Amino acid sequence: MHNKSRITRRDALKLAGAGAAVAAFPFARPAIAQGAPLKVGLLLPYSGTFAALGDAITNAMDLYVKQQGGKLGGRTIQWVKVDDESKPERAVENTSKLVEGEKVDVLIGTVHSGVAMAMAKIAREAGLPTLIPNAGANALTRSQCAKNIFRTSFGNSQPGVAAGKAMIDAGIKTAVTYTWGYAAGEESVEGFKQSFLAGGGKIVKEIRLPFPNVEFQAGLAEIASLKPQAVYSFYAGGGALKYMKDYAAAGLNKSVQLWGPGFLTDGVEKAAGEAGNGVKTASHYVDTLDNAENKKFRADYNAAFKVFPDVYAVQGWDTTHLLDIGLKAVGGDVSKKDDLFKAMRNAKFNSPRGPFRLSASQNPIHNFYLRELKNGENVFVKVAATDVSDPTTGCSLA
Amino acid sequence: MDLVLIQLLNGIQYGLLIFLAASGLTLVFGIMGVINLSHGSFYMLGAYCALTLTQFTGDIFFSLALGVPLAFLFGVIIEWLFIRHLYDRDHLQQVLLTFALILIFNEVQKILWGSYPHSVPVPGYLQGGVKISELLSYPYYRIAVAAFCVALALAMMFVIQKTRVGRIIRAGESNREMVEALGIDSRLLFRFVFAAGVALAATAGIVASPLESVYPGIGEPVLIISFVVVVIGGIGSIKGAFLGALLIGIADALGKVYFPAFSSSVVYALMAAVLIARPGGLFGRAA
Repeated sequence: MHNKSRITRRDALKLAGAGAAVAAFPFARPAIAQGAPLKVGLLLPYSGTFAALGDAITNAMDLYVKQQGGKLGGRTIQWVKVDDESKPERAVENTSKLVEGEKVDVLIGTVHSGVAMAMAKIAREAGLPTLIPNAGANALTRSQCAKNIFRTSFGNSQPGVAAGKAMIDAGIKTAVTYTWGYAAGEESVEGFKQSFLAGGGKIVKEIRLPFPNVEFQAGLAEIASLKPQAVYSFYAGGGALKYMKDYAAAGLNKSVQLWGPGFLTDGVEKAAGEAGNGVKTASHYVDTLDNAENKKFRADYNAAFKVFPDVYAVQGWDTTHLLDIGLKAVGGDVSKKDDLFKAMRNAKFNSPRGPFRLSASQNPIHNFYLRELKNGENVFVKVAATDVSDPTTGCSLA
Repeated sequence: MDLVLIQLLNGIQYGLLIFLAASGLTLVFGIMGVINLSHGSFYMLGAYCALTLTQFTGDIFFSLALGVPLAFLFGVIIEWLFIRHLYDRDHLQQVLLTFALILIFNEVQKILWGSYPHSVPVPGYLQGGVKISELLSYPYYRIAVAAFCVALALAMMFVIQKTRVGRIIRAGESNREMVEALGIDSRLLFRFVFAAGVALAATAGIVASPLESVYPGIGEPVLIISFVVVVIGGIGSIKGAFLGALLIGIADALGKVYFPAFSSSVVYALMAAVLIARPGGLFGRAA
């Protein structure tokens, strides 16, 4: 009821609001309408120390979708990107932006384990199809597993188990661990200890550095005074590069072998140059793997982005591959959740990394390879372990 | 060499590097009263500049000789475009504008250099190091950087204490109106100080680049630790920044060895302790 004939600013706002609501309605579409784009939320780091990883994953996913004509399961794919900055304290806010703000149909993320844990909690409650293209936090596919959450990368302990076994095979008896003291580092060491101790190895000391601190000198001095046969380290991205350079500059590379999960050298092989020579890593991917999928993937990726793909790109590729299998099974209708999840859980395909399938807790079962960094390239040494799966401890699906 | 001595050496070396980054911030903050959040971005740009220039010149020290004047010029332009509008505004607006600069510089960095980590080569004649224990050697380049930082600190203290420019800067810090009344153009003074701050941040980025790996966001931890140095040392004091940075470097290195579980908070505990004892910082005026 308006007593005055003059239109106040508040009235104008009301009118505009009503108008906007009316205008919006005809376009509000049912989520499953055929031909409507499928909104895929990408919660990935596009800045900070893991930015390169986020970019590689995104590139590979984009390439996969483009090769399928821009559609998966008949639905045009629309990416909605949010930069999570690898900051766990902003994870809830950033995830909500996609889940509640953008109302995405599918959620893909992320790199940092801490961010992924917060993301998975929201995703589990929302029941949203969720794919994890990197973060390795063990709990994601152990106690915190859920039928809507799939991981296409690895569990943090997996590369550690493979590396520890390979170190025992190489005759190493004493080791120091020197890692970032956050979930990914701790769990990597947990896996390493599991196989290294079982093989009769001795861990002299466990040194930790707060993430993402890159001032390594103090720990390196300690390693030099402890004189182990080898060091097992988890670092990644820019931090890993600096670590290898500092390790070599301190002269430690001449007397103490440096081992780690693949992330220690992935993406920084060239930049490490001579400093990286001799660093041995266990990973679920090697550039030179001799299989048809890998050769085609490397050629296509290089043609599209003028750079060769790394393990993160492979994980991105497999993420969209898995989603594709699921969407095809339900004809692009993500509301048929049971069928969608069933198709994804049972998916088996040849990835550039080799045979790929999922465990009962929806974590990959795949091979691990031992690699040695030589003049800017991770050279294949041997298959360190085949069909490595992660324990499903505490998972209700298993 | 004893492990404690080695850690002390590491701490001093780290402290000297932090000083280099923080000195520019303390000047800009102390003299101009501008909270410059984009200081870390200038450090990052310095590091990326070193990456590109070293690809052409082949030697980090040529890059330094080229990069520092470039950074100074860049500082003049940024001051003229943005910062000069901030002098009479409150801190919140300064924070807003300089935060926007961070976002812009990050995006520019990504467009120009991409997001992969890079490394800048140590010049051939500084490869290798001094053997300080059975397995450990101390890289020559780190020693050279430490020496460079000490020399620069001395030069800055000399300029500020003994030269005409230094006297004007100090006068500008304590009473801007009076300096203007004496016929000195404070706009010019501020432009010079800001550009010098940018040049110092870039110098730190360039010199540190062979020690660091160059990657997006490299300047952010530098910004935070620089603010801690400025607070500990006393706002605007070069001497304070020098001592503060050394204290932080040593506390950080020893903290990592003796209190590994608390190593990330040792630095902040030190800051709290200094603030309780001397609220204005070590060399600051009483707050």
